[in-house]
Amino acid sequence: MNWNKVYGLSLRHFYLIKSSFPRILDLIYWPSIQIFLWGFISKFFTLSSSYYNNTVGVILSAAILYDFLFRSSISYNMMFLEEIWSRNFTNLFISPIKIKEIIAALTLTAIVRTLIGMVPAALLAIPLFGVSIFKIGLPLISLLLSLYIFGITLGLLVTSGLIRFGPSFENIAWASLFFLAPLGCIYYPIEILPEWLQLIAKILPLVHIFEEMRNILINDIISYTQIFLAITISIFYFMLGVAVFYISYAGAKIRGTLINVGE
Amino acid sequence: MKLEVKNLEKKFKNFTAVKNINFHIDSGQTLGVLGPNGCGKTTTIGMLLGLIKPSNGKILIDDENFENLNREKILSQFNFASPYVELPKKLTVKENLEIYGRLYGVKDLTRRIKEVSNDLNLSIFLNKKTGELSSGQKNRVSLAKSLINNPKILFLDEPTASLDPDIGDFVRNYIEDYKSKNKVSILLASHNMKEVERLCDQVIMMKEGEIVDRGTCQSLIDKHGRNNLEDTFLKLARNKNELE
Repeated sequence: MNWNKVYGLSLRHFYLIKSSFPRILDLIYWPSIQIFLWGFISKFFTLSSSYYNNTVGVILSAAILYDFLFRSSISYNMMFLEEIWSRNFTNLFISPIKIKEIIAALTLTAIVRTLIGMVPAALLAIPLFGVSIFKIGLPLISLLLSLYIFGITLGLLVTSGLIRFGPSFENIAWASLFFLAPLGCIYYPIEILPEWLQLIAKILPLVHIFEEMRNILINDIISYTQIFLAITISIFYFMLGVAVFYISYAGAKIRGTLINVGE
Repeated sequence: MKLEVKNLEKKFKNFTAVKNINFHIDSGQTLGVLGPNGCGKTTTIGMLLGLIKPSNGKILIDDENFENLNREKILSQFNFASPYVELPKKLTVKENLEIYGRLYGVKDLTRRIKEVSNDLNLSIFLNKKTGELSSGQKNRVSLAKSLINNPKILFLDEPTASLDPDIGDFVRNYIEDYKSKNKVSILLASHNMKEVERLCDQVIMMKEGEIVDRGTCQSLIDKHGRNNLEDTFLKLARNKNELE
């Protein structure tokens, strides 16, 4: 791994963010809107639901964590799409950069983009709704790590599709997370799902992450097994995502699609 | 650095884009690749740059098979410029050159950026966003990017397409001058016959994925009894049977 090249490619995205105030505003705007929206819904539920009545902010905390996942994945996709939109794709892939260096650069840069949006939104929730995700305590770091790894994995799978099918796969990039959201049990316990769907949901890390978040906030209990499971499953999918990316890249070289991407 | 292509072929399902072609570029030489649109030039360049996997044949770099060499090590000695491939528009010229300098592992990058931007009269645009430049200026930035690593083999795809005669002449002069000072091998794909006559030591003419003729510009003109390379190109492009 040549970290100078990783830094070089990361710079391309930092310069892009730095050069445009509307771009920074866009990164902050959507997570903040989510906080407002879910803040009011959360407030309504805490007043009206027997499940949530003793625990202020469970829904809002779930919304913040889900948005963290969403932003990490979208950030990853966006950076790849930027190369296609700017017709820079060929220049990038003929440069002496390894695929693992491209993945590393996108992974590291995605966290910066995600934090630019999420930190102000999470802080905003404290004075506005009296909800702080930091109440989760130290396990929050593990939950965020697991969400981040899974978000990046979804990004990797979408970028693999972009390499394989070209820009026409762009719509899938936006839809990918909404597809998994119902199975993630973000706002409701897993028992709500039919039994057969529960089996599918359990092989995703999201259920374990959000169940654990509720466990901490509602029952004040930390299950390290659940946290370990969430991280392990996320890492497994990440490795799968990396393999799919390599396979798509090799396939694109055979089909000759790398040279036409962006045209 | 010498580049040799042996029996190179690329098939896409039922269509053969490049059919069993052979050519070589000796160190410090310029090879022109001519042919009508869709003749297989881009596919050939794509294979040479490692973007497309050949179906058959070999690409040899200094007599060693590209497939057996370290991809990153070889690519760090190649570069490519084309008006159809752009650099990020929202970034300044300097930022783009810095990023590609890092990706190509250029040592003393600040000096190299200064050098290449002075040579191509880009110094006054260095802090301007690439998307705000005229096509002539963008073209020179693309050329600067392609020279940032002092490549041993340079691939140029229509480097003066859509440029006015003055800037086109500047770019051609620069390539000529750069070639005389550096032992760079160049593969030039172009539809500008005057440019090919001026810059290329050898020419291959492609049609429907095949090389239909080759030689120096003058030898091809003489062989086909035409007055210039453009007429020779038209003859070859329009009537393959005449050659057989």
